Amino acid sequence: MARRKRLLLALLAFALLCSLLLDLALGSVRLGPWEVVQALLTPDSVPPQAHVVVWDIRLPVALMAVVVGAALSLAGAQMQTILNNPLASPFTLGISAAASFGAALGLAFGLRLLPVAAEYMLPLNAFLMAMLTALIIHALSLKRGVTAETIVLLGIALVFTFNALLALVQYFATEQAVAAVVFWTMGSLTKATWGKLGITTAVLAATLPLFLRRSWALTALRLGDDKAASFGVDVRRLRLHTLVLVSLLAAFPVAFVGTIGFIGLVGPHIARMLVGEDQRFFLPASMLAGAVILSLSSVVSKILIPGTIFPIGVVTSLIGIPFFISLILGSRRRSW
Amino acid sequence: MVTLRLEDVGAYHGRRLALSGISTPAFTDGDVVAVIGPNAAGKSTLFKRMAGLLGGPGDVVVTGTRRGASGICYMPQDSATSAALSVYESVLLARKQNASWIVQDADLAAVDEVLGSLGIADIAFRSLGELSGGQRQLASLAQTLARDPEILLMDEPTSALDLHRQMQVLTLVRDLVRQRRLLAFIALHDLNQVLRFADKVLVLSGGTSRGSGSCKDVITVDLLREVYNIDARIERCSQGNGQVIIDGYRTPLPGSTEP
Repeated sequence: MARRKRLLLALLAFALLCSLLLDLALGSVRLGPWEVVQALLTPDSVPPQAHVVVWDIRLPVALMAVVVGAALSLAGAQMQTILNNPLASPFTLGISAAASFGAALGLAFGLRLLPVAAEYMLPLNAFLMAMLTALIIHALSLKRGVTAETIVLLGIALVFTFNALLALVQYFATEQAVAAVVFWTMGSLTKATWGKLGITTAVLAATLPLFLRRSWALTALRLGDDKAASFGVDVRRLRLHTLVLVSLLAAFPVAFVGTIGFIGLVGPHIARMLVGEDQRFFLPASMLAGAVILSLSSVVSKILIPGTIFPIGVVTSLIGIPFFISLILGSRRRSW
Repeated sequence: MVTLRLEDVGAYHGRRLALSGISTPAFTDGDVVAVIGPNAAGKSTLFKRMAGLLGGPGDVVVTGTRRGASGICYMPQDSATSAALSVYESVLLARKQNASWIVQDADLAAVDEVLGSLGIADIAFRSLGELSGGQRQLASLAQTLARDPEILLMDEPTSALDLHRQMQVLTLVRDLVRQRRLLAFIALHDLNQVLRFADKVLVLSGGTSRGSGSCKDVITVDLLREVYNIDARIERCSQGNGQVIIDGYRTPLPGSTEP
């Protein structure tokens, strides 16, 4: 069984590599896959133009799709685990919307929730709002009689709330700021740079070992709180720590590339169908699945209308919404 | 030698004191202790208190364990799960909670052994969500046994099992207790199983203790009338086991709030 799961992980990784190459090859300047490989492996052997296109323009964007996809999917997977809820994800529960609002405050008014340098203002604002929302959800999920569906409804209320606040920000902001906010609520990878990619990767790399260390405890949580507690897991602390990490994972991508929805919902589900919920496999599979989906979405966003790049958040929503609906309709009939 | 003794133990459920004033003599390894009492007597609460999952007054005094608190393994009552985990994975993860992160051959061997001893090796790779109630209980038991318990706390481990598997599980637990010098506490409703398998008994009713000691001394006709409000005889069957034969019941159950 374990061997089959490792094979599936390898297949996912291979799919990611193919998607990445395709993403690098597509765009206003068409490159063949072989040219891309050459530009990556032996940069000096290709024409300068191809070198610039691959290394300076496309690679940060394509890798950002991979890292953001992995981070959002990981965040969704762990939210589903700790809230025992198949419909949980940073996007559906309003954490992404909260992060958007936090970042928009900085974008439109230069408002800093913490006194830090201007360049870290957006991600920190986003993180603080995301964290606040995660704590609200956490507090309410502990109440008696709160079901998975209640939490989702609460999440919808939070999404509406933060969208309304976001609209308010836009109403008061300057025209220039409004354009920036609007562009970025649709989610777009085109503003990715090596610097932003570095920070997002660092956040993912920092949280990953913390999740790995807790992987047996997180898997135990899926057997129910009583069972996990009987195994010696400090359930409350594990939930709280995980929520902080999830907020980090959700906030940084939002701050840099805007709201990209449904990756955190679809990625973990694909992973669960493939390898189950043993975190040793579920965690890497979720990250790979999320990365593949966002990378492929990036490809789709380029080929829908040749010559233009669709906002990627629109593409993932169009894929994600039917999936979300099918989950809601199916949740009564079968276990998830 | 492993011993466990309760000293004026109580337990809080939220802010309510759900248990109080439970004291027992020391139980020692090699003993199977049956915990009996009507529904809502506080059996599960006492187990959680003993496992350290609930706070409360008094002391649970444990001596002689090699691994301290992690040697006390609690098996909660049946809880359904929809987890996409196989029986095998669930047993492995139970074993890995207090150990190193990496799975070693010894872990896999231990999981195989537990599944074999419970006779559920054939469902090892079935998903937990698709098991029957009895299979789920056996899987849960396997998870508990895979943790190398020194003190076992089992909350109604046989409630969903057929007669054959009840015998199989209780015999297995008793043999383990004898061979590995464990101390097992088992909540049971079937008093005939108690008389057959348990060495000692602890009787709970209305959130407090109604006696503890050897089965023969504690389980009496008077106690059954007081605690369960039933008329019963205790007779010795041809094989020498004590048997409870119930002749009738009276209403209401003492301590219950029903009219």
